[in-house]
Amino acid sequence: MRKITYRQAIKEALIEELRRDPNVVIMGEEVAQYNGAYKVTEGLLEQFGAKRIVDTPISETAFSGLAIGASMLGIRPVIEFMFFSFCYVSFDQVINNAANIRYMSGGLINCPVVFRGPANGGTNVGATHSHTPENFIANTPGLKVVCPSTAYDAKGLMKSAIRDNDPVFVMENTILYGQEWEVPDEEYLIPIGKADIKRTGTDLSIIAHGRAVITALAAAQELADKHGINAEVVDLRSIRPLDVDTFVNSVKKTGRALLVDENKPFCGVGAQIAFHIQAEAFDFLDAPIARVSAIDSPAIYSKPLEDEQLPNPRRVVEAALKMG
Amino acid sequence: MSTQRKKKTDSTAEKDNASPVNYAQADINRNLSKDDKIKLYTDMVRVRRFEERTLRAYQQGKIGGFLHLYIGQEAVALGTCSLVGKHDHVITAYRDHGHALALGMTMNECMAELYGKATGCSKGKGGSMHFFAPDKNFWGGHGIVGGQTPLGLGLAYGVKFQELKGSCLCFMGDGAINQGAVHESFNMASLWQLPVIYIIENNGYSMGTSLERSSAHPGKLAERAEGYGMDWDYIEGNDIYQVRAKTHIAMERARNESKPTLLEIATYRYRGHSVADANAEKYRTKEEIEDYKKNKDPISRFQKQLMEEGVLDDSRTKEIEKLAKAEADESDRFANESPFPPMSSIIEDVYWSEDNGRQNDQQGRIFFEVPNS
Repeated sequence: MRKITYRQAIKEALIEELRRDPNVVIMGEEVAQYNGAYKVTEGLLEQFGAKRIVDTPISETAFSGLAIGASMLGIRPVIEFMFFSFCYVSFDQVINNAANIRYMSGGLINCPVVFRGPANGGTNVGATHSHTPENFIANTPGLKVVCPSTAYDAKGLMKSAIRDNDPVFVMENTILYGQEWEVPDEEYLIPIGKADIKRTGTDLSIIAHGRAVITALAAAQELADKHGINAEVVDLRSIRPLDVDTFVNSVKKTGRALLVDENKPFCGVGAQIAFHIQAEAFDFLDAPIARVSAIDSPAIYSKPLEDEQLPNPRRVVEAALKMG
Repeated sequence: MSTQRKKKTDSTAEKDNASPVNYAQADINRNLSKDDKIKLYTDMVRVRRFEERTLRAYQQGKIGGFLHLYIGQEAVALGTCSLVGKHDHVITAYRDHGHALALGMTMNECMAELYGKATGCSKGKGGSMHFFAPDKNFWGGHGIVGGQTPLGLGLAYGVKFQELKGSCLCFMGDGAINQGAVHESFNMASLWQLPVIYIIENNGYSMGTSLERSSAHPGKLAERAEGYGMDWDYIEGNDIYQVRAKTHIAMERARNESKPTLLEIATYRYRGHSVADANAEKYRTKEEIEDYKKNKDPISRFQKQLMEEGVLDDSRTKEIEKLAKAEADESDRFANESPFPPMSSIIEDVYWSEDNGRQNDQQGRIFFEVPNS
């Protein structure tokens, strides 16, 4: 099978959905003439024209709200946040409007809008550009959040997100943009809300999302090679909806749960996962649930420390070995 | 440089001349039939009687939460919303009862919403600040000051994207003018030439803070449009003919030229910011309020005009009053007798995909604490 980058996979998803539905519009800072700050939308302006690929001023509040307003009339805007950290600038639009309008109208209105862009630390840019807001967004009923970890997942989830009739947040990762995975030529979709077992194992369930899945897979390899531990890696893929059954069943099989995510620990995604495991697989646990998350401070700039602040294979291996 | 500055629109320039403009004679008003005029007047009275009835229900403890009354401002909602056609959209802030009724929502569904009943326009999920009727092109009812202005931008963008001849009337209070979202929206409205009419309903007070204490710019609020190359106008909001005449010009500019306008409509609220505003007579004088009620009331003014025109007479006026009161009382009875929504509805209308039977390809859990069945 051919291999393409995570970036190319997302671009293919956008192209296919732009072709499929004339109501799809790509909008954001530098997405058109500049070809995208991270080149995800490179060449789209030339291919689809200025009506479909739209540069905005640096006004996150206005263009996020504009997208939500237009979506009420059936337009399907796909908004790029150059960094997902910038969604905090438009939090009122995202939380009060995108999430609540359907509810407050008693179900009369729906907002088919996608917010996408990179949501990761680890790129040596300091605290303001390194946020991972998946827990904030997932905390808000009315919104959906997906965090693809591979090019294959990114393409299939992006296509589902654009076709979804609710607001969906697709949180990408700049470190993954240049990495390649196998992606078929033919069209496919990945359902929102279905976790994926990226590696099967028997001794331990490592549950992760986004780039932490790649970290978990590297750690699992090391655990197998050097320690004879056969770890299963569950990729959540979607934070809300959350495929509880898949990770609970994995833990029931292995008896051990190690949660890995690049989110901050306090009220982070892992806290919710741990709740479900203790509630639904308590009697199957052979050890307390363990967790490796971002070290609990604002994202540090200094590169060697930043590499330690985020989960890395060494930290995951150490945590796994401590579980006994 | 100065050639690029947008001027006040022609209608206001006329007003600056010595002789006052007779807005009743503007085409959009001259073409009103006698019945049209009576309907406009009737709807103004209906809005006021409805709101007076909501106040009573609030005082009786039947409804709670916030209740931002529109009493005194009726000519604004009725004047503007009476111009709305098939491809025109309306969105406003939390003082939304007048716009809702003006666009044809019923007193029953509105009152029931205030009561939090299942028969409310939002099934009891929105409340006073969040009325919606997309079938009547009414997109809310929004609680955060200025938060609806980017949405209005989006409605206008949608109209333009679909290549329709329409517009969006996006209302805000004078308190919104100092919110960042508003200025981002003004800029994008003008930059993208979107058919949106931003309407500042300037009732003089952002909650308890007067204009003088909240805005650095000494001139008209709408003058700020000049900074964005946008047309603007100023309207005396207790004159429904003037409201219609000038709003019509802005809507035609939006529909035909796809250009935005900022309108400032001077108006006055008789009640506090909300019913819970205990200081409504402290940050302004009783005399100021009384002067408005006696000399500038939009309903009295229109009634007088229609009597002079021979459209209304005493008996018709009384009949309209009586019917409006009866309708308001009936809405209260309807709301009072309606059931509360069932507990199961608390997690309905959150996600389209959940409400429409889970799509086959959807899995996973989306709710994490659900009501007991």
